[in-house]
Amino acid sequence: MQFELTETQQTLKNTVRKFLSVECPIAEVRPLMETETAYDASLWQKMADQGWTGMLIPEQYGGFGMGMVEMAATLEEMGRALLPGPFFSTVVMAGTLIEKAGNEAQKEKYLGAIARGEIKVTVAFLEDPPAWTPQDVQLKARASGGAYLLDGTKLFVPDAGVADVIVVIARLDGELALFVVGRDTQGVAIRPMSSIDLTRKVYEIKFDCVCVPAEAMLASGPPAVEALGRARAMATVGLVAEMTGGMQRLLDMTVEYAKTRKQFGRPIGQFQAVQHQCADMLVLTESSRSAAYYAAYAIQEGIPEAPLAVSVAKAYASEAYRETGNRAIQVHGGMGFTWENDAHLYYRRAKVSEQMFGDATFHREVIAKLIVDANPVRQEELAASRG
Amino acid sequence: MDLNLSASELKFRDEFRAWLKSNIPSDWEKHRNQDEMLDKFEFLRAWQKKMYEAGWVGIAWPKEYGGRGATVMEQVIFTEEMARAGAPNLANVLGLSLIGPTIIAYGTDTQKKRYLAKILSADEIWCQGFSEPNAGSDLANVRTDARLDGDHYIVNGQKVWNSYGWAADWCALLTRSDPSSAKHHGLSYILVDMKSPGVEVRPLRQMTGESEFCEIFFHDVRVAAENVLGKVGEGWNVAMGTLAHERATLGAGVQIVIKRQFDRLVELAHKTMRNGKLAAEDPVIRQKLGQCFTDIEIMRLNQMRAISRINQKGVPGPESSILKVFWTELNQRFQQIATELLGPYATLSKGDPYAIDDGQWAYTFLRARGNTIEAGTSEVQRNILGHMVLGLPKSY
Repeated sequence: MQFELTETQQTLKNTVRKFLSVECPIAEVRPLMETETAYDASLWQKMADQGWTGMLIPEQYGGFGMGMVEMAATLEEMGRALLPGPFFSTVVMAGTLIEKAGNEAQKEKYLGAIARGEIKVTVAFLEDPPAWTPQDVQLKARASGGAYLLDGTKLFVPDAGVADVIVVIARLDGELALFVVGRDTQGVAIRPMSSIDLTRKVYEIKFDCVCVPAEAMLASGPPAVEALGRARAMATVGLVAEMTGGMQRLLDMTVEYAKTRKQFGRPIGQFQAVQHQCADMLVLTESSRSAAYYAAYAIQEGIPEAPLAVSVAKAYASEAYRETGNRAIQVHGGMGFTWENDAHLYYRRAKVSEQMFGDATFHREVIAKLIVDANPVRQEELAASRG
Repeated sequence: MDLNLSASELKFRDEFRAWLKSNIPSDWEKHRNQDEMLDKFEFLRAWQKKMYEAGWVGIAWPKEYGGRGATVMEQVIFTEEMARAGAPNLANVLGLSLIGPTIIAYGTDTQKKRYLAKILSADEIWCQGFSEPNAGSDLANVRTDARLDGDHYIVNGQKVWNSYGWAADWCALLTRSDPSSAKHHGLSYILVDMKSPGVEVRPLRQMTGESEFCEIFFHDVRVAAENVLGKVGEGWNVAMGTLAHERATLGAGVQIVIKRQFDRLVELAHKTMRNGKLAAEDPVIRQKLGQCFTDIEIMRLNQMRAISRINQKGVPGPESSILKVFWTELNQRFQQIATELLGPYATLSKGDPYAIDDGQWAYTFLRARGNTIEAGTSEVQRNILGHMVLGLPKSY
């Protein structure tokens, strides 16, 4: 049994860290987050040149066909660097969904372009009111001639400001259906929303009688639900890996500060009250890491408990990242409350990540469904009550 | 990453699982909840002997000392299978997991020959004499005095929190052999025959009402100088040598015990009414069960990572304190949630006709309170993490 990353995986992780420390240090993140899209075209191209945009895409479509564990290791470093821009939405959300839901022609068309870094893609899921359950998707799709018409509003769509293509989750004749829509299609109106996470921009998209051709539909009905579920699981794990990276950075900067900041004539890190905050951050970070990599491994290997592992990871990390942020700011004292200190940038990301793909409460209920309702005693009683 | 067991590990697991299945005594259930500790202990002693004869005791020990030279993974599998089968525990647990390995590491050939086989066979039961009334978290503050008098030491002092003290034939005693020394220096690790004149054992009744632990008093107890283990004055290193090893592998069994209890709680949730509906259908209870499951699963994964690290690097790191902090606090949260779910009946002790699972839940609720104190308090564990892992300056 080997829980640690293999040497190759560790080398990949180190390469990503080194690259980002040069190409996207926090000094670059700050001006970027002040822009409207937080997108840097040259950084995007460099990441594509590294092959990262094609990491999860099968070789036959021009990618590298790597596993979810490699992806998690990469994302952990991206979360640590607080990488802004459409990498997560394009590669982890949209790429996986097109791969799971699309037909050959659609995969040929989009996956290679994603792998080469030629297009940015996002996924539009949430509506008003925002809910992460697929049955709450109401955006209306209807067949019209040989085409489909889309009507409705999507909210919190990441990176829509720079996405060339949007995968829209809609409802067609009462069933879930997935469509790819070009950003310039008539009737699509994109407006930035003012999220507290300055490094991950989100948008409102209005679809006003948007007409898309038949070949824009990726899937509908049960295959769409199935594909969405599998892609969502991958994205959720990817997010937890990213969150773990953010926690690690908060821990590192807090420990560093506690070693150098002096009060009462000694480093504050010598006080147990401060040490114990740091120790708790370590426990939270390492526990999230265990959960993130196990879930990534479970998905990669197709282990039946994978959905449970994903919800365990997200239920835990959702609270752990926020809690790590709380402690980081607390230990930094007054400095931690300033705009100049980086802690709040992570704290903002923590809060938004907590809710993305369902918060702890959401995933604990998923776990309850899988564990409590699946209990054999329960099954017997249900059978008995049905007579 | 590769979380599969190897072919030889699977073989080991299947072999041990099959052995347990056909060898756990049929009257174990009767003995399990027996009040008379000494009778129960005789049962456990016989069980260890049976396991020993089948080659399943001290598996981590090197072959030359009667063990199997089992890998870390095999030790974990062993612990997990014992827990999974609900097997009786081994009577001589301290001898097997702590004192035996210490004798193997530091003992002379004569000492090894004298003690090791009888630890395995449970012919001699061991306890450990480390803590004192004034040496708890500050263990190096040991004052039990060992004064050389010819070829003997004269031992005087008091030890406390000794598990199995009431059953022990021998005690691994941490003493101060150099009265002018302080802290970690001048300590010696001495093997003391509990039948020596001047040794007095008093059961210590803990808040659960049981007496798992004892106090041991030493009044002018004469111990042969050859019973010092390791070098005189270097008892601290001897005592610490094997402490870290136990955390990672013993934890694997604890995880399974807690998980089994959780599974039972889920079962009960389908039979227990809370707030006018089945507990399993109450959204608040469901949240809490989801939380418990998450915690228990994280505990399992943290263990796996720690074991994987020991596998690769050979020794456990101070990170094992993460495990201790995590599982002990998780168990307290879990016990709280369990009693909350089960309601007033969960506060009834063994023997009451309304008690659930014969008072098991009331008992584990109380017992869990000790988890964050025994074997290094949560505060000490956090100090270790702050100082040894994160490199923060020492506070004391």
